[in-house]
Amino acid sequence: MRITLKVWRQSGPHATGRFETYQADQVSPDMSFLEMMDVVNEDLIGKGKEPIAFDHDCREGICGMCSMVINGMPHGPHRATTTCQLHMRSFKDGDRVTVEPFRARAFPVLRDLAVDRSSLDRVMQAGGFIGVATGNAPEANAAPIAKDAVDRAMDAAQCIGCGACVAACPNASAMLFTAAKVSHLGLLPQGQPERYRRVLGMVGQMDIEGFGGCTNFGECQEACPKEIGVWTIARLNGDFLKGSLTARGDKRGGGDAA
Amino acid sequence: MELNARIPSGPLEQKWDRHKFALKLVNPANKRKYTVIVVGSGLAGASAAASMGELGYQVRCFCFQDTPRRAHSIAAQGGINAAKNYQNDGDSIYRLFYDTVKGGDFRAREANVYRLAQVSVDIIDHCVAQGVPFAREYGGLLANRSFGGAQVSRTFYARGQTGQQLLLGAYSALERQIAGGTVAMFPRTEMLDLIVTEGRAVGIVTRDLVSGKVESHFADAVVLASGGYGNVFYLSTNAKGSNVTATYRAYKRGAAFANPCYTQIHPTCIPMSGDYQSKLTLMSESLRNDGRVWVPRAAGDKRAPGDIAEAERDYYLERKYPSFGNLCPRDIASRAAKEVCDEGRGVGETGLGVYLDFADSINRVGEDKIRERYGNLFDMYERITGENPYRVPMRIFPAVHYTMGGLWVDYNLMSTIPGLFVHGEANFSDHGANRLGASALMQGLADGYFVIPYTIGNYLAQVKPGSWRADSADAKAACVDATARVDRLLSINGTRTVDSFHRELGKIMWSDCGMARNQTGLAEALQRIPELRAEFWRSVRVLGRGEEFNQSLEKAGRVADFLEFGELMCRDALHREESCGGHFRTEHQTADGEARRDDDQFCYVGAWEYRGDDRAPVLHKEPLVFENVKLATRSYK
Ligand SMILES: Cc1cc2nc3c(=O)[nH]c(=O)nc-3n(C[C@H](O)[C@H](O)[C@H](O)COP(=O)(O)OP(=O)(O)OC[C@H]3O[C@@H](n4cnc5c(N)ncnc54)[C@H](O)[C@@H]3O)c2cc1C
Ligand code: FES
Repeated sequence: MRITLKVWRQSGPHATGRFETYQADQVSPDMSFLEMMDVVNEDLIGKGKEPIAFDHDCREGICGMCSMVINGMPHGPHRATTTCQLHMRSFKDGDRVTVEPFRARAFPVLRDLAVDRSSLDRVMQAGGFIGVATGNAPEANAAPIAKDAVDRAMDAAQCIGCGACVAACPNASAMLFTAAKVSHLGLLPQGQPERYRRVLGMVGQMDIEGFGGCTNFGECQEACPKEIGVWTIARLNGDFLKGSLTARGDKRGGGDAA
Repeated sequence: MELNARIPSGPLEQKWDRHKFALKLVNPANKRKYTVIVVGSGLAGASAAASMGELGYQVRCFCFQDTPRRAHSIAAQGGINAAKNYQNDGDSIYRLFYDTVKGGDFRAREANVYRLAQVSVDIIDHCVAQGVPFAREYGGLLANRSFGGAQVSRTFYARGQTGQQLLLGAYSALERQIAGGTVAMFPRTEMLDLIVTEGRAVGIVTRDLVSGKVESHFADAVVLASGGYGNVFYLSTNAKGSNVTATYRAYKRGAAFANPCYTQIHPTCIPMSGDYQSKLTLMSESLRNDGRVWVPRAAGDKRAPGDIAEAERDYYLERKYPSFGNLCPRDIASRAAKEVCDEGRGVGETGLGVYLDFADSINRVGEDKIRERYGNLFDMYERITGENPYRVPMRIFPAVHYTMGGLWVDYNLMSTIPGLFVHGEANFSDHGANRLGASALMQGLADGYFVIPYTIGNYLAQVKPGSWRADSADAKAACVDATARVDRLLSINGTRTVDSFHRELGKIMWSDCGMARNQTGLAEALQRIPELRAEFWRSVRVLGRGEEFNQSLEKAGRVADFLEFGELMCRDALHREESCGGHFRTEHQTADGEARRDDDQFCYVGAWEYRGDDRAPVLHKEPLVFENVKLATRSYK
């Protein structure tokens, strides 16, 4: 297959970017999208041009490192599929494909298609945990947990932290990311003691990081490679409301861990 | 160099408890005066950094990904072992210990393995408390599945994403410490060298992967948890960034490298499809619980699997190993697959594949149950191959997966350099010559949550906090060397890409130091690798600058180290004139093709000491003494 790629190139965080066009001539349908990009890069290096920078690591759809907006969609056209798991058989000979970085105020571009998503870590620091120090745990089977609750917690816990939800959201909100963690922990008995502190802390940090607010577009759910649903956002909203009504002024979940 | 394993005296079951009591302590008020560097944020690194932070040490943690949550541990699928005996099926700490020693083909240190089995139960408790959503039964209690090399069901899992959930647990504990100010995190920062002064590890040299800045960091102790080196083969199931740089650099600074040739080739991976292939994808071993492995009886049978009648199929694992069947250990299953493919009975276009067939299980328990157990793996398989494994059998083939070798450590997990501790896949300690499934996650978390919190204190109690000298000649030299290397890579401006060298090295390693090894192949590899390395330094092309985000430069540094390390692996494989676990020397096999160990001559850990680029490394031996387990020929028949 022959594919024409229009790729965003930007040499650094403060540089102005532009699109450049490249030809990929010997694309096999069995290649992954990133393998196709590897071939383009090998070719560029051969011509003495700097290769396209893009983030990736596991290439199995689980680490959340790969990003890219492909033809306007974070992680490309395939449902429930990360860029690294997207295969060229999803495209046709002669297709023109536009590749851009995830764009959001809270995700500054570092180079080409690689962006800085450390804002998501800071949201986690504001409460995305259960405060249990090593060595304190009771026997694991001492407290049974209903299978349904764990299954649902697992549905939310599958978030890979890629930020596609942010890139897809017209407001660049990190609501789905935050709601996934709030739901995962909030559905389990272990997560109860910090439940309301957690939601207030994480939502507060989201604002500080410059993520937009959630106005229920639902684009995040469509873009999520792990199919995390907006039901988690509904849960978050409920917890947030309840937490706000009972809050005692402490909005940060973290900060007293040591 | 002396290899003192510091195995505590006393009966096996009491060693760890006695040792914990004998270890020196740092008093709570003094802990914050000590700084510890942790390289790596996978299960082994994140758990260590978090628990040392909880104790009050000042921790600085490094990883090359953009956030600690993306470490390669995230990709682990199948599960984590623990001797809980929840299934009432005869498990015990002793049995987990025994299975691990036997699975490792009697090449691991008894005392370490026993401790691993002991703390395995605490790991599950801790992870559940952290909110790890392990699978449960309707009654609300934890569920288990079986894994290879064991006849009990002791593996805990979270769908097919156990590593992800465990790592997210450790990551959240780490983030909590970062918020609390005890841990400083340095993502997108790569360790390029270890700083050793006056015989102690006191810091590391790093490169900031965004700005390109090379700098030194100092600490009272350094913990390496940088993962395995499977990517020396280019194609493996490891993440693309996994590398040997951190451990290899430590080796060049004086840490002994143990058993580098012990590599695990995993039997169930998706076969390669073309030259552009950038990595291989694992299909979890847990699939062998419900999948049956077979090939056609006749060589060259190219019919579709559905057209091949039962009688014309060879379920070769069930035939050869009736008691363990499809659940025999990985090294055995991999070699068996190679054997049938060598006989011309392999399937798929390349003939390098065997079937993993779920038809019987689907008939027995229904498609829904199979979907519940392995849905995400089946989806992943379909995305990659375009085939639906609910309808046609999967095609699988062995691939490089895990490296049992690593930096040599004593019972305290300290290397031969005082102050340098090594955790997780980066050390050699617990899996001997073959690792059993679901034991790496257990080991990484054991090291980080339950061993280092005790042993680090014992070391630190003996050093004065902050007693390193940042301006020492050794410290300065390490930083100057690292910068010079970066400059050299950029100045060659030759004609070949970094990847082309990596692929070529991978081919040499796979053909000569892979599933089957022999003297001729290894000798040839030992000649070709230095040639390839020389060509690399003559003609590699790395574009761009050092002071910027430069992924080719990152790769070049890693491949340069693989090009040296590959030679050490082959040297180790050549010296070990026996077959054991994942190390199969074709000269040393039984009449029916099984590995033949030589306990009289090779019942030791082979640890290599670096002596300079132009001199051969020196082999040191730590004899393995088996006081509890009787050395026996492994049999899974
Ligand atoms: C696909 C797959 C599935 C698996 N499934 C299972 C399973 O089901 N059960 C099981 O027990 N095991 C499994 N394993 C094995 C297991 O996942 C690994 O052995 C284990 O996770 C390794 O953990 P670690 O913490 O030692 O290293 P890693 O998770 O590899 O972490 C290494 C860390 O070191 C950092 N690092 C590396 N080099 C540098 C450097 N130079 N500078 C700075 N930082 C550096 C990285 O950024 C990373 O944070 C699987 C492995 C694979 C590949
Ligand atoms: S590279 Fe890990 S999810 Fe895509």
